[in-house]
Amino acid sequence: MSNDNFLVHIENLCFDYDGRPVLQGIDMRIPKGRVVAIMGGSGCGKTTLLRLIGGQLRPTAGSVRVANEAISAMSHARLYAFRRRMGMLFQFGALFTDLSVFDNVAFPLREHTDLPEEMIRDLTLMKLQAVGLRGARDLMPNALSGGMARRVALARAVALDPALIMYDEPFTGLDPISLGVIGQLIRRLNDALGATSIMVTHDVQESLRMVDYIYFISEGRVAAEGTPEEVRASADPFVHQFIAAKADGPVPYHVPAPDMAAEFLGAAHV
Amino acid sequence: MKRSVLDLWVGFFVAIGIGALLFLSLKVSSFSGIDQKNAYTVSARFDNIGGLKAKSPVRSAGVLVGRVTDIRLDAETYEALVEMRIDSHYVFPADSFAAIYTSGLLGDQYVGLEAGSDAEKRLADGGNIKKTQSAVVLEQLVGQFLFNKAAEGQDTP
Amino acid sequence: MSRVVDLLRFLGGQVVNRVWRLGRASRFFLAVLLKSGAALLRFPLLLREIWFAGVLSLIIILVSGLFVGLVLGLQGYEILQRYGSAQALGTMVALSLLRELGPVVAALLFASRAGSAITAEIGLMKATEQLKAMDMMAVDPVARVVAPRFWGGVISMPILAMLFSSMGILGGWLIGVVFLGVDDGAFWSSMQASVDFRYDVWNGVFKSVIFGVAVSLIAVFEGYDSEPTAEGVSRAITRTVVTSALAILALDFVLTSFMFRGMP
Repeated sequence: MSNDNFLVHIENLCFDYDGRPVLQGIDMRIPKGRVVAIMGGSGCGKTTLLRLIGGQLRPTAGSVRVANEAISAMSHARLYAFRRRMGMLFQFGALFTDLSVFDNVAFPLREHTDLPEEMIRDLTLMKLQAVGLRGARDLMPNALSGGMARRVALARAVALDPALIMYDEPFTGLDPISLGVIGQLIRRLNDALGATSIMVTHDVQESLRMVDYIYFISEGRVAAEGTPEEVRASADPFVHQFIAAKADGPVPYHVPAPDMAAEFLGAAHV
Repeated sequence: MKRSVLDLWVGFFVAIGIGALLFLSLKVSSFSGIDQKNAYTVSARFDNIGGLKAKSPVRSAGVLVGRVTDIRLDAETYEALVEMRIDSHYVFPADSFAAIYTSGLLGDQYVGLEAGSDAEKRLADGGNIKKTQSAVVLEQLVGQFLFNKAAEGQDTP
Repeated sequence: MSRVVDLLRFLGGQVVNRVWRLGRASRFFLAVLLKSGAALLRFPLLLREIWFAGVLSLIIILVSGLFVGLVLGLQGYEILQRYGSAQALGTMVALSLLRELGPVVAALLFASRAGSAITAEIGLMKATEQLKAMDMMAVDPVARVVAPRFWGGVISMPILAMLFSSMGILGGWLIGVVFLGVDDGAFWSSMQASVDFRYDVWNGVFKSVIFGVAVSLIAVFEGYDSEPTAEGVSRAITRTVVTSALAILALDFVLTSFMFRGMP
């Protein structure tokens, strides 16, 4: 495939947090129009990766290019111009608590367009209709359930019809029904908008059902990758441990510690 | 909270704020009274100014006509040189008389101007008041009183 | 010996930390000023923050002002009575309120009512990733969230201070004239004769504007700089109230020594 078929190029991406390496040389290519999942254990740097793509963090080494432009080399104004074409769903929605559901979804439209109020109203109601919450427009965020808040945040993330949508743990803390609803919405919105989606998650089953491609990250590196079929058929011990949810495997159950016998017996002798 | 209700409250807030400012300016305080641009400066020498300070009032027949702007000691004559700005609405004859009085027994001190009789010459900007009377210093007054009493006692054995 | 070294190291660390935060706060202040243009032009945004900082502080300011005035009236009358000059009560009440108590006490109340609320609001927005989300939507949180709150506070503070002083003077009048029998005419005329609008009222208002800038800046900075956790936000709120109080009292001393030096 030629370069133009990929929206996001990540090359040898490294990132340190307070001197502790989080990402150590990630290579990824996200094809246009697809839904790609990035999976890995908690705290493996998945969210950091999204924030590097969005330009909220600067890489220690390596580069992130979106639409063939390096994010880390952009000026503030250029980055903001770019972000208007990106949508991001935060882990718990991050709805503005002082604004109603309607005003939350209308927020990007009001900030970035000079559209008359009637048109903003129509566009906002269309987005809310797409996530099935047109009837909840006057509620405040604290009156919403977790799943509803996530859907409102999704409507807000796609308010400006972005080319790239990023999802940070969209399934965390949802009941099975809400989880399925969000999964379908992500797929449907991606296809309807002709956008590209990157989803960071550790929910294996839902992801295998709806995404086009999966990257596994472990210890700051890409540990495995492939389409859902390839992943299911994979003999890779890491992938196998992850999918079958086994406690021990390449990802060890125990935090590295001194030998148990030595520690317990040693303590008794003191 | 509906937008219109919010607007109403902020409007109310600003309105009572303006009300407070009007109350403070009209009922509580007065302006210095002297328009600094339409005023002229005159000076006067006193042997003793007592407790007179810069910004003390200048009154004529009890009416505020100006303010003291500066007080210095003349290093040669050892007299106090008092400068004051007088509202240009008020014109005084050149031979006017300036004295330092106290408002009430313990009140602030002020300069009292008494108009002279010279109909020709007027006090102009930079002018000097020749006839002055110093402040009455309470300690001197009391001392004098005791001295007089003592003298009386000697006269009538 | 090593205890002394540890103590010195600890103190040095504390000092460096304070200076470091002061530098960050100054840079933040500059950024807020530079990004204030949009906030001042978008009237509805500013209106909401004036409501939040000003209108919601009204009750506490009015009630406290009244009580401070009542106390001043009682105490002032008791003292002035000894010198037979109870008619100077108006002057005493008005001058102490306009020059000192109005701006200072109103600012202290403002810091604990509105300042802490601003810190909590911004801190919670940070903790729940609302600020990050806004940044990802290409909306600058300093311009959209911080600047309107800052200016809302700066605008509200002098209005609140004037209301506090006015209520206090009315409280002094209530005690002095209505309950203790000071002559109504003497109360107001002695006040009017010795309170100068430019010198006393205006300097007091100027003080409260400075306090408004200081408290609002501390409140938005602590909120924006807070650790994005529940404990982090609550610590930031405490810091807002403590730092504001110290800043108000220190600034008051500096401003007073500039304003009321060698004057009658």
